[in-house]
Amino acid sequence: MADLTDLSLLDACAALRSGETSSEALTLACLERIERLDPTLHAFLAVTAELALSQARAADLRLAEWRRDPGLPAPAALGIPVAVKDVLCLAGEPTTAGSRILEGFRPPYTATSVRRLAAAGAVVLGKTNTDEFAMGSSTENSGFGPTYNPWDPTRVPGGSSGGSAAAVAGRLCFAALGTDTGGSVRQPAAFCGVTGLKPSYGRVSRYGLIAFGSSLDCVGALARSAADLAPVFQAIAGHDPLDSTSVTDPVAPADLDGIDLNGMRLGVPEEYFIEGIQPEVEAAVRQAVDVFCGMGAKAVPIRLPHTDLALPVYYLIAPAEASANLARYDGIRFGPRRAAEGLMEQYLETRGSLFGAEVKRRIMLGTYALSAGYYDAYYAQAQKVRTLIKADFETAFRQVDLIACPVAPTTAFPIGAHGDDPLAMYLEDVFTLPANLAGVPGIAFPVGFDGKRLPIGMQLNGPYLSERALLRACHAYQSATAWHTERPPL
Amino acid sequence: MALTLDEVRHIARLARLRLSPEEEARFRQQLSAILEHAARLAQIDTASIPPTATVLPLRAPLRPDQPRPGLPADQALANAPAVDGTMFRIPPVFE
Repeated sequence: MADLTDLSLLDACAALRSGETSSEALTLACLERIERLDPTLHAFLAVTAELALSQARAADLRLAEWRRDPGLPAPAALGIPVAVKDVLCLAGEPTTAGSRILEGFRPPYTATSVRRLAAAGAVVLGKTNTDEFAMGSSTENSGFGPTYNPWDPTRVPGGSSGGSAAAVAGRLCFAALGTDTGGSVRQPAAFCGVTGLKPSYGRVSRYGLIAFGSSLDCVGALARSAADLAPVFQAIAGHDPLDSTSVTDPVAPADLDGIDLNGMRLGVPEEYFIEGIQPEVEAAVRQAVDVFCGMGAKAVPIRLPHTDLALPVYYLIAPAEASANLARYDGIRFGPRRAAEGLMEQYLETRGSLFGAEVKRRIMLGTYALSAGYYDAYYAQAQKVRTLIKADFETAFRQVDLIACPVAPTTAFPIGAHGDDPLAMYLEDVFTLPANLAGVPGIAFPVGFDGKRLPIGMQLNGPYLSERALLRACHAYQSATAWHTERPPL
Repeated sequence: MALTLDEVRHIARLARLRLSPEEEARFRQQLSAILEHAARLAQIDTASIPPTATVLPLRAPLRPDQPRPGLPADQALANAPAVDGTMFRIPPVFE
């Protein structure tokens, strides 16, 4: 068999079930590739080789049982090596959220999403790099150094789930978990040429996810195609009694067979094709819309009139929630402590010296927006405008089934391009923030390349809890095109 | 909306962050630019618009009130930089 890491997740599942390969062999192939390529990519913050191999051997035993009795239920991801973004807790293994303030932390429990994926038989290869506390759009804000884009290592992989996106694109794993608070699954998926799903808010449990913006945080997944994503989403979705914001609605099986796009109304919002967008990105997205139309969909021009307000709304609400969530890093219960005279001094020293610049900025912004005298003008006003942004989507989904738009205004930018200009970095998120504010799902997938052979991503947004429709539409596109099968030159 | 250095110091203290003089100056400029960008929200008439704190419908689900084991003390303390018996050790709060 050719290089095992070239197999799609679904083909790897088939090869495992037929006995053509073993989970241990797949795991060793991934670990070998990580060892060879991760010094270039820096996708991983920790490789959990010992855990992975023991999970792989357990999966092989279950596969052997299944082959003796194919009547037994076979878990969806049985024996498949995956990676997990380092903001998700994995019991006993290093979990840092990309922050020096959690260096050495080993959580006493495992996040529900990770536990469910492991229960579906997945093998956890390690923890992937992220912007510190998922705050960033390039993975450059990691306290442990950036991740590099597999298509061009002088460029960023996007962020904050840049480690997961680079690991999937570089074929260091078959799928990875990421999180998306303002675009952190979709934008790195676009920059790295992989497929990434941000589920509806509340669809996947946040238990064991290190909190950033609690009304926005979503656990999502990245893989090489919608077909590979579907079983991963299926495994992690659903109500969790440990997260009271996880919804109880049943998760429909994300079967991808028998898709008929005839008559599907695809909304194209004019607010997403603005001045400043890279012309090649606009052209590729419009071409992809034509592909959908060629399969029977109908493009419908729509308006999402409050789109340009999403950025200021998000950059008040998310920092406000973050400033409260990150108050727990006080050098008392976990993480390193900077000893000082008295408790107040210890707080100031520990937090001042161990948080990175972007995290400090956002904590300060949030503290300010919530402080007496400014609360109504900033935080409360942002929450009201959030209602208008959410209403934009509700109005649109009365006219169309899905919305098609770019993921980001440009392809992957060079490391250091935004230097010390936070507002320029925030502008990278203009097309992904609205879905988080509205709570609706989105899927990002490759639809072409620019002149520098950097992947271009497109996004579909759907109504609340429409993940199945998104996966099916994306799968239809990927059945008709081959962009998702292109490989980076590694 | 330009912040003063004193405001930056006040926010940093509220947020329990020690900043260097260089950070104070840089954050003053950067946070002012971000707040200026956000100032356009004030132009939007929201007099009749309710706030969105969560996209979920408000509800108060109940679960069966069954006892289950919590985190054992040794595990809860395992990551602490300083412990004393079954407690977190911190600098004195009251002298």
